[in-house]
Amino acid sequence: MSVEDVQVGTELPLARYELSREDLAAYAEASGDRNPIHLDEATARSVGLPDVIAHGMLTMGLAGTVVADWAGDPTRVLSFGTKFTAPVVVPADAPAVVEVTGTVVALDPAAGTAEVDLTVTSAGAKVLTRARAVVGLT
Amino acid sequence: MTTVSVDESFTGRVYPPNGTTTVTADAVRAFARAVRAAHPSHHDAEAARALGHRDVVAPPTFAVTLAQAAEAQFITDPAAGIDFSRVVHGEERFTHHRPVVAGDELAAEVHVDRVRVVRGNAMVTTRTELTLTDGTPVTTVTSTLVVRAEEEA
Repeated sequence: MSVEDVQVGTELPLARYELSREDLAAYAEASGDRNPIHLDEATARSVGLPDVIAHGMLTMGLAGTVVADWAGDPTRVLSFGTKFTAPVVVPADAPAVVEVTGTVVALDPAAGTAEVDLTVTSAGAKVLTRARAVVGLT
Repeated sequence: MTTVSVDESFTGRVYPPNGTTTVTADAVRAFARAVRAAHPSHHDAEAARALGHRDVVAPPTFAVTLAQAAEAQFITDPAAGIDFSRVVHGEERFTHHRPVVAGDELAAEVHVDRVRVVRGNAMVTTRTELTLTDGTPVTTVTSTLVVRAEEEA
């Protein structure tokens, strides 16, 4: 991704991910976060959740993948932050769908960076807010 | 609703590195698969070298695996008074000073930046500084956890 290819308003392509219970188990294993609210329905319900929910960091990780793919080299994602505002509920019988889009909201030609705002939704709800990444351009 | 009991005096506390962790190529690949990161530089050392990296590179949020393990020193410290069953993730931020690459030996120092009670819920902000063993900064991971107040019976 070079600086000539980008302007304020440039949109990242929509990415759509399906998350099953198996995907949550794989993330738990890969991340070391084995909190049972992501793995076990009875535990999730016992703490007042509607069902098993995806790790917030798994959702943020998917958004990170979208930015990294757009940047062309994952190490060009210089910073990335978000707030977690709604859970991604993952039923046993059908995968949850997470959709990620993004827009370039600022350019810093001196630093050679672009600021990208990400919109991450599941079942009609915004699950991440103020999801923002700074990407180094060539 | 009652106010949670979290010890606000923990603000400013620092938990020094508890040993080091060497990032393995297998750990990078497994994490990349879990977050659907198919870029060849996560999976194939040759592809990573073609981009100028020594070995496979970690996805942008991989550092959370090291940070969460280090934060646990504080979060599970009985003296801090955090009821983990009532914890939800509020915010997360990564600032990369240098890519995380397989083979890196990293140390994690946890800083408790802020502990405060807002409308009965506790907000706990930690900052984990990941460095190479020679002190070179790698990634700063800032995390805010919310400890939800118990509902009044």
